[in-house]
Amino acid sequence: MLEVKDLHAYYGKSHILQGVTFNVKEGEIVSLLGRNGVGRSTTIKSIMGEVAPQGSILYRGRQIAGLKAHEIARCGLGYVPENRDVFPGMTVRQNLLLGIKDMKVEGRWKMDDMFDMFPNLRNRADVDAGVLSGGEQQMLTMCRTLMGDPDLIMIDEPTEGLAPKIVEQVGDLLSEIARRGVSILLVEQKLAIALKISHRLYVMGHGHMVYEGTPDELKANEQIRKEWLEV
Amino acid sequence: MSELLFFSLLNGIVTGLLLFMLASGLTLIFSMMGVLNFAHASFYMLGAYFAYTISLYVGFWLGLILAPLLVGVLGALVERYGLRYVHRWGHVAELIFTFGLAFLIEEVVQFIWGKETKAYHEPEILQFSLFTFFGQDFPAYKAFMLLVSIAIFIVLLLILTRSRIGLIIQAAITHPNMTAMLGHNVPLVFMGVFGVGCALAGLAGVIAGPALGTFPGMAVVLGSIVFVIVVVGGLGSLTGAFVASLLIGLLQTFAIALDYSVSDLLAVLNISVDAESALRDLWALSLPQVAPILPYLLLVLILIFRPTGLFGKRET
Ligand SMILES: Nc1ncnc2c1ncn2[C@@H]1O[C@H](COP(=O)(O)OP(=O)(O)O)[C@@H](O)[C@H]1O
Ligand SMILES: [Mg+2]
Repeated sequence: MLEVKDLHAYYGKSHILQGVTFNVKEGEIVSLLGRNGVGRSTTIKSIMGEVAPQGSILYRGRQIAGLKAHEIARCGLGYVPENRDVFPGMTVRQNLLLGIKDMKVEGRWKMDDMFDMFPNLRNRADVDAGVLSGGEQQMLTMCRTLMGDPDLIMIDEPTEGLAPKIVEQVGDLLSEIARRGVSILLVEQKLAIALKISHRLYVMGHGHMVYEGTPDELKANEQIRKEWLEV
Repeated sequence: MSELLFFSLLNGIVTGLLLFMLASGLTLIFSMMGVLNFAHASFYMLGAYFAYTISLYVGFWLGLILAPLLVGVLGALVERYGLRYVHRWGHVAELIFTFGLAFLIEEVVQFIWGKETKAYHEPEILQFSLFTFFGQDFPAYKAFMLLVSIAIFIVLLLILTRSRIGLIIQAAITHPNMTAMLGHNVPLVFMGVFGVGCALAGLAGVIAGPALGTFPGMAVVLGSIVFVIVVVGGLGSLTGAFVASLLIGLLQTFAIALDYSVSDLLAVLNISVDAESALRDLWALSLPQVAPILPYLLLVLILIFRPTGLFGKRET
């Protein structure tokens, strides 16, 4: 479904991505692990066109490297940024409405689905998104992207800084997303959720992949975990 | 006295709303680009000239509709093929581009239409006095200007706050990258806002042309006032632009209507001045004389005491 080959990206002169290669198949949950600063966020941002990519990015056989961000999104890719980028001056409902690309097309998700999963958002539907708690904002950004009905959703560190109970809710949402046939590319630093829900995992080193395997294989591979994951 | 107040109030509101038609577009465009568009008032002037020429062939009313559309399309083209290209060289380049554009438009206008004021008049059915109050007439055309401005204001408000496209515009202005990644065509939104902003300026020109004169200097005359409004209201704030437009409109009409001099003011404070003193020219200064300076005085005061403007949030 998504096939990234020899992807390079730069911030000014610094060469951040140095040949990233990986893929996500239809219906698959794939995790991208690695320590802070290895280039996981930059990888997703180059796929979305926010950072200029060099190399090949095939989405369902179509070359999307070089397309504009909104064109890439309209191919069916969804992106949930790591900094919980809600529109702070707008209500929860308006944030969700802004996730919809085309009002005439009916997707997998309705606003009521979101409210059923997260009653907190329903109660605060007409509240300014800027005053929600960190956990609520995380849910809102994920739901907002889902309103655009992506076939592949890329989520950047959704559990960072959240209380264990909310991390559990994030995990439930990820399972629900997968159940509805959406592929997931999950960027994480912590292993817990990734090991539980992923079909395959990649570990990223400085600007390229250093490991690929199943959760069981990674659990067994103490050397990779020591060298590239644990602090 | 009361009729003076009444007419000044009415005229002030007419002027204020007209100014808002320019200021609203300018402040929205500022929020998107991050620079002031110095050519904004030039589109106002083009509106008047286009409408004048169109009115010669098909009359005032078609001009009222066609001229702003034409100006809007021209504005959109300027954004698409000018500013968007210049943008990659940074804010200074954009600023210089809009400066150059303002000069260019003024030269082209003089080249095509000449230097003298054009005989662009209100349509005959609006050439009557709507009502007379204490012996003073209120022209129907002013009421018409008022109606058009209020209608535009309401439509703008409804679109921006109630419609989906308004929501997308607001999101695109504050978070362009995130909005694009949700699948919205942000460059197209920007081109549209720029075009509509120019069309509004054009419309202001169409209806102001017959009242204030259609001549090559009309852009400069209004342009600097509109900048004052946008800065006083707070860069990027529509509410601020609205309040400041009315404030400046009223300030100007009242200053012209109230013929007081500095010595009158001092007399109220029980200070008498020597009519032969070296400062006698200062004492004789009257409000109508200083009226043109007042907006700039207000600008300076605002910049000193509230640099972000009345409703501005942005730190510049
Ligand atoms: N906007 C930026 N400008 C310059 N350097 C950046 C920027 N964003 C990230 N970097 C650098 O790029 C590298 C990779 O960052 P990032 O992709 O965010 O890593 P990760 O998401 O894996 O923590 C880091 O060294 C970081 O300092
Ligand atoms: Mg990151």
